Amino acid sequence: MSADVFHHIAPFVGFTYPNETEVPWSELIVIYPYITGLVAGAFVVSSLHHVFGMERFAPISRFALLASLCFMFFAPTPLLFHLGQPTRALNAVITPHWTSAMAAFGYVAGFYVCLLLLEVWFSFRADIVAMSKSRTGIMQKVYKALTLGSDDVSKSALAVDHKIARRLAMIGIPGACGLHGYVGFLFGSLKTREWWSSDLMPIIFLLSAVGSGVGLLIVLYVVTSWWRKKPTDNGVMEGLLYVLWTGIVVVVVIEALEMVQMIYKAREGVEGVFELIAGPIHLGMIIQWGGSFLALAITSIMMLAGTRGRALVFWLFISGLLMMVGVLAMRWNVVIGGQELSKTMRGLLTYHPEVIGRESLMVVATLFTAPFVTLYLAQKLLPTVWEHDAKAHH
Amino acid sequence: MTTQDTKVEKEAAKLSRRDFLGLLGKGAACAGAVAGAGAALASAGGANKLGGVGPTYQQEDAQYAEARKNPPKIPNYNWTEHKWAFGVDTNRCIGCLRCVEACKMENSVQMDRNHTRTWVERYTYLEGSDHAHVDSIHDIKNVMPGSKETRFVFDNRYKDAKVTKSFFVPKLCNQCEKPSCVQVCPTGATYKTPDGPVLIDSKYCIGCQYCVQACPYGARSLNHERGTAEKCNWCYHRITKGLNPACVEVCPTGTRIFGDRTDPESPISQFIRNNRVNVLKPDMGNMPNVFYAGIDKEVL
Repeated sequence: MSADVFHHIAPFVGFTYPNETEVPWSELIVIYPYITGLVAGAFVVSSLHHVFGMERFAPISRFALLASLCFMFFAPTPLLFHLGQPTRALNAVITPHWTSAMAAFGYVAGFYVCLLLLEVWFSFRADIVAMSKSRTGIMQKVYKALTLGSDDVSKSALAVDHKIARRLAMIGIPGACGLHGYVGFLFGSLKTREWWSSDLMPIIFLLSAVGSGVGLLIVLYVVTSWWRKKPTDNGVMEGLLYVLWTGIVVVVVIEALEMVQMIYKAREGVEGVFELIAGPIHLGMIIQWGGSFLALAITSIMMLAGTRGRALVFWLFISGLLMMVGVLAMRWNVVIGGQELSKTMRGLLTYHPEVIGRESLMVVATLFTAPFVTLYLAQKLLPTVWEHDAKAHH
Repeated sequence: MTTQDTKVEKEAAKLSRRDFLGLLGKGAACAGAVAGAGAALASAGGANKLGGVGPTYQQEDAQYAEARKNPPKIPNYNWTEHKWAFGVDTNRCIGCLRCVEACKMENSVQMDRNHTRTWVERYTYLEGSDHAHVDSIHDIKNVMPGSKETRFVFDNRYKDAKVTKSFFVPKLCNQCEKPSCVQVCPTGATYKTPDGPVLIDSKYCIGCQYCVQACPYGARSLNHERGTAEKCNWCYHRITKGLNPACVEVCPTGTRIFGDRTDPESPISQFIRNNRVNVLKPDMGNMPNVFYAGIDKEVL
């Protein structure tokens, strides 16, 4: 193994501690909370239908659930690529050291994967049973196996499925909030870094997660509809507009409050924070705030003008994409930015990601592509996810 | 200095002038041996993996593997009977950086300027400035020319400036009473010993670097060859045998003081008693066990 594989020696100005010149958490730790956030956001949309019975989300609620599961599968993978000793990853699960916020990760993530798997299974069980009877050859065996031997599709059995799926979704809401609030806690609880050490961090992570997850669903729904040459559902698009608008408003306000609070308190070293914003992360800040404000402006105009039809689809797609990019930039600004401001508060580092290697942009791109590929395969396996297509013309 | 060293000193004080001169000669010979060892290190093996001269680590891989397989037994050592602590008298430090090099050699630390268990910071006030300029070994200008990041020396950048005040501050792990690194370790691979030092079980560390993030003092780093965290342990393998940490041993000015706080006559107990000492970043609540005398408001 080359000694350079993990090296991220960052140039610095001012005074930093010598060991800080190697940034410990790379772009892989940027993508980890990002993917986790997409899971939480997609799950919230699915729950709006499953738990609160908002019928307008019926056409995409099962798709949102499936998307949530596919992204959750890959949420822990960036961490594995980042560990110095990946083969020991399970040490944290076998012998968790409970004073560590990170020790709970395996349990939290494992719990959430199980919950999503169960909810997907109960939501699609009737369809799986039907396909185990209609398909032939090897796929019949696959579907047969997926029924787990439960092929009762009587009315009462389906009612039980529905009831259990709803209850799982109800558990999933605090679960999703907990999962993502927890990721925020991992950063916010570190007193050593001024840029992270904020009580608002879990809330900011959670809310931005919802924003980016709704953005992802909008993008996915528009692209898959276009791909399948099916029209998008007007009710769904309107509903997603409302959810996205609410998400952006709350995220922007809370993030602005956090910044103002940090600047107003002006604790020792606040000049370092100003220099960080004007220096290493200035481009990230422009993308984060520019993306958020642009998405806020577009969605606000559409809310006021009552935009419908093709214009709504196009501009909502743009807003969703802006929100995804803005939140990705926010994750970078938090994770990398926090490490670019020295613990001495008197120096700045500039992190340059590697393009190829174990911890590199290429790995990030691959890990971020994987959930989309998995989702493509999942909707091939469970084509009934699109059963509402026929009703889209109402 | 340990208690044993104090006893040796007392014995030495009784020696005749002739014996004393003889001892001085031996001391000179020892100093020569150390210099020779340094030269040998510099010339051994040609270019290393990090582009420097000499081996990347003093310890070969085979030696490391053997030490891991058969860890040395420590007879007659009871870790509940000691409470180690460290003192730094910054008034004495001359910034020679022998401590940094001794540590890297003793503990097989990566030789480059970006990974270190102990380092020395230079604080310099220029005329008319309220704030100090600070630099340390990670500044490329402080790498000894030609050594390719294996040896260090503070450069003479202020020779034409008007300096009003300047001093050196050695840093190392504070072996805190409430260590953040131990709190955040997800596996318990790093732990606080009853006698004070915070150690790492490098067979169990997963290399997540949460501890590196959590340390307020920047004392931790990742050892890339081993994929695990790395930190100063006050040379635990030495202190448990009654020896001083390597950095204390080589310090030519007595800046670094070490000893057992359970012994009121130990060098550290005396140092804490006879000086107005301070700790770094007390507001972090970590309760460090490295005590500083003579530090300035600018020291971070």
